[in-house]
Amino acid sequence: MANMLEVTSLGISFGGLRAVDELNLSIPKGALVGLIGPNGAGKTTVFNMLTGVYRPTDGGIRLDGENIIGKTPHEISKMGIARTFQNIRLFPGMTVLDNVKVGLHNQMPYTLAESVFHLGSYRKKERGMDARALEILSVFGLEEAAAYRASNLPYGRQRKLEIARALATNPKLLLLDEPAAGMNPQETGELMETIQLVRQRFGVTILLIEHDMKLVSGICEYLYVLNFGRLLAEGTPGEVLHNPDVVVAYLGE
Amino acid sequence: MKTKLKKPLSPAAKNSAICYGLVIVFYLVMQVLVYTDHISSSLNGQLIPICVYIVMAVSLNLTVGILGELSLGHAGFMSVGAFSGAVAAYCLQDVIAFSPLRLFLAMIVGGIFAAVAGVIVGVPVLRLKGDYLAIVTLAFGEIIRNLVTIMYLGKDENGLHFSMLEQNFELAEGGKMIINGPMGLSGNSRISTFTMGFILILITLFVVLNLINSRAGRAIMAVRDNRIAAESVGISTTGYKLMAFVISAALAGMAGTLYSMNSSTLVAAKFDFNTSILVLVFVVLGGLGNIWGSIIAAALLTVLPEMLRAVDDYRMLLYAILLIAMMLFNNSKFKQRLIEKRGLRQQAKLEKAQEGGR
Amino acid sequence: MNFLFNLINGISLGSVYAIIALGYTMVYGIAKMLNFAHGDVIMVGAYVSFCATSYLGVSPFLSVGMAIVICAVLGVAIERLAYKPLRSASSLAVLITAIGVSYFLQNAALLIWGSNPKNFSSIVGNASIKLFGGQLSIPVITIVTVVTCIVVMAALTIFTSKSKLGTAMRAVSEDKGAAQLMGINVNTTISLTFAIGSGLAAVAGVLLCSAYPVMTPTLGAMPGIKAFTAAVFGGIGSIPGAMIGGILLGIIENFSKAYIDTQLSDAIVFLVLIVVLLIKPDGLMGKKQSEKV
Repeated sequence: MANMLEVTSLGISFGGLRAVDELNLSIPKGALVGLIGPNGAGKTTVFNMLTGVYRPTDGGIRLDGENIIGKTPHEISKMGIARTFQNIRLFPGMTVLDNVKVGLHNQMPYTLAESVFHLGSYRKKERGMDARALEILSVFGLEEAAAYRASNLPYGRQRKLEIARALATNPKLLLLDEPAAGMNPQETGELMETIQLVRQRFGVTILLIEHDMKLVSGICEYLYVLNFGRLLAEGTPGEVLHNPDVVVAYLGE
Repeated sequence: MKTKLKKPLSPAAKNSAICYGLVIVFYLVMQVLVYTDHISSSLNGQLIPICVYIVMAVSLNLTVGILGELSLGHAGFMSVGAFSGAVAAYCLQDVIAFSPLRLFLAMIVGGIFAAVAGVIVGVPVLRLKGDYLAIVTLAFGEIIRNLVTIMYLGKDENGLHFSMLEQNFELAEGGKMIINGPMGLSGNSRISTFTMGFILILITLFVVLNLINSRAGRAIMAVRDNRIAAESVGISTTGYKLMAFVISAALAGMAGTLYSMNSSTLVAAKFDFNTSILVLVFVVLGGLGNIWGSIIAAALLTVLPEMLRAVDDYRMLLYAILLIAMMLFNNSKFKQRLIEKRGLRQQAKLEKAQEGGR
Repeated sequence: MNFLFNLINGISLGSVYAIIALGYTMVYGIAKMLNFAHGDVIMVGAYVSFCATSYLGVSPFLSVGMAIVICAVLGVAIERLAYKPLRSASSLAVLITAIGVSYFLQNAALLIWGSNPKNFSSIVGNASIKLFGGQLSIPVITIVTVVTCIVVMAALTIFTSKSKLGTAMRAVSEDKGAAQLMGINVNTTISLTFAIGSGLAAVAGVLLCSAYPVMTPTLGAMPGIKAFTAAVFGGIGSIPGAMIGGILLGIIENFSKAYIDTQLSDAIVFLVLIVVLLIKPDGLMGKKQSEKV
């Protein structure tokens, strides 16, 4: 079976610090995979390398067979990787609808001349964008909030909006960085349903970082465990969570 | 899945309508006053400067309010447009007799030169962040002013002559000096009119407002709100920053031409740091990102000193106090609470709507 | 001989920039803000010293002391009234406020002292030292300026590295929250920094006007911006950086005035700033900063 993401011997150093070392990941198309590990294990650093924010010191990353190392973040977005951020990064000064429409930036493009003169397909494209954005928002129950400023949404909905914006870029691979952070158990439950729904409706492959073991073992098919920048274990949630090394890494000796 | 659009575009459309409405009403009222001879000569003399500063403020708002980068060198682009436009107008003098058309073409030349300056300044500057970016735009503004001060440009039967050194500059018999170093422009034919100023404002509003309500405008605002998130959804931040910066520079250049063609003489020293700050004050007082606010602030504060002759000495002091007070108010707990309250109201409305929908 | 003369004058001008830049760099380090009004505090310092000697008849050295005290108080007042409420605001808001303060000081000075230039008489008179059989004549103020700069820089280095208050200053500039938890009074420390920076600005104002005696209410604006350039050049936040940056900038400015074009010297100084920021954004001796994602 073809892999959506193939990471080989990935490593990065900051000065003398080896943040990630010899990391191998293979994520099949359509899979829902978790990346777990204690704080400071290098999980977000992996996401930053996958999205071009950091350039790896060594190793390779292939998305659907294509090399992405050396590409800028916006080029990688066009190639099909979208992400959310551990500390939510919305466009707070813009409306909820516009946040998603920014996500549609490269999906329904028109030129600068059309932007400035509102000519040609401007109106048609804008209407198409509105409809598509509302459709995506409705998956998250946010369509009623379309006209509000993004910063006025409650925390949980801001997280959902961030996922909606990422999906608007029509990604092949969706990276979720601690989507359940700061949520109560009920909200986490809802989020699990939403992630499942997203996977079915949008047909994306998902890689997520999470600390909430209930969420991870509830929806992920496969887990990678990172510790001190190295792969500690991998396998199904059942295998990994009973692995003595993993237990030690999380709880100490 | 069909969801009816609930007019999410209405605030933007309303803003545009206010902008155009304000400008058109202002123009008509002033025209009526001029034709019925009810206008004071000092206000009459201010009509074109008002137009110039409205365009300057709206264009700077594109950089500071919409793009979110503080530029302290906007007068530099005005200067480039003022001098290049004046030279163009002089060269076209014998070709085009109809002065509004000549002015219009000169403004386009001024805009193009300012846009080129915008690219030259923008490419290095926009790689920097925050305070550093601000100080470098200031530096560029001063460099432009310095360079224009040592420019000598004239025209004779052999065409245009240009030099940066006075001693190397020679014109043939009967030639005319257009830009004379520190003395600047002289012998300009004054072809700017209030109507042309009004048209330039409309052009500016058309470009800026349309841009804001478009794909490119959203991308620019996304870069302002969160650069990293904007990159993550596929927006080339450097490209859109440069786009906004260059459009803003070009409009300032056109305003510069309108300004220079309103007087017979002009020196480069006019376009110094203080002019940049003056325009920034208009933008800040009108509200960052608020286009109609810029229009009102620019118009009022250009006229105000004329009306407040009595307290002229205190005018700049008042400006300074106003500027500080405005910034303190905008970031005060009081205002924060007002915004929070509005946010809470929206949240409550949202909860209610969701419950009703279930 | 001409070259040497220009070099010495450059070092002297650079020393003034360095003293101003020290104030900039300390304030930037601790408050993370570009105190645009710093240049205008220089102007206030010069005017206070001028008024003290011409109207009150105090001795030049006492007038410098008065200028230092008044500027230090002014600096603390500016911080308390205009900048403190904006600690959590965007850097854009703070910078615009600082520009407002700068405008306020300039125009207040214009109202108080008028727009007519005043003639500052040098605090050490117009004596000069002749060298090489009179071929080279160096004004005493030039030497005083350079010596003052070295003394100030040495004193500040010792103060920040050895004294308790200096350590508190460094702690606050690293991490305000953590410093507060360690029992450091952050507000007092920031006030102290503004007081020291503004006091230095007063010294710089007197030295500047002793060398270039024409005083106007905007006299501080350009040196202020150039000193900021110097601070960036040397690496903002670094005390030796401010000194080196200031002196290099002074030399560059004087040489471009002497050998290129007087009217272009500002443009050349600013060009240096732009080139430095593009090639080495953290300056000659600055710390590297990176954005966390």
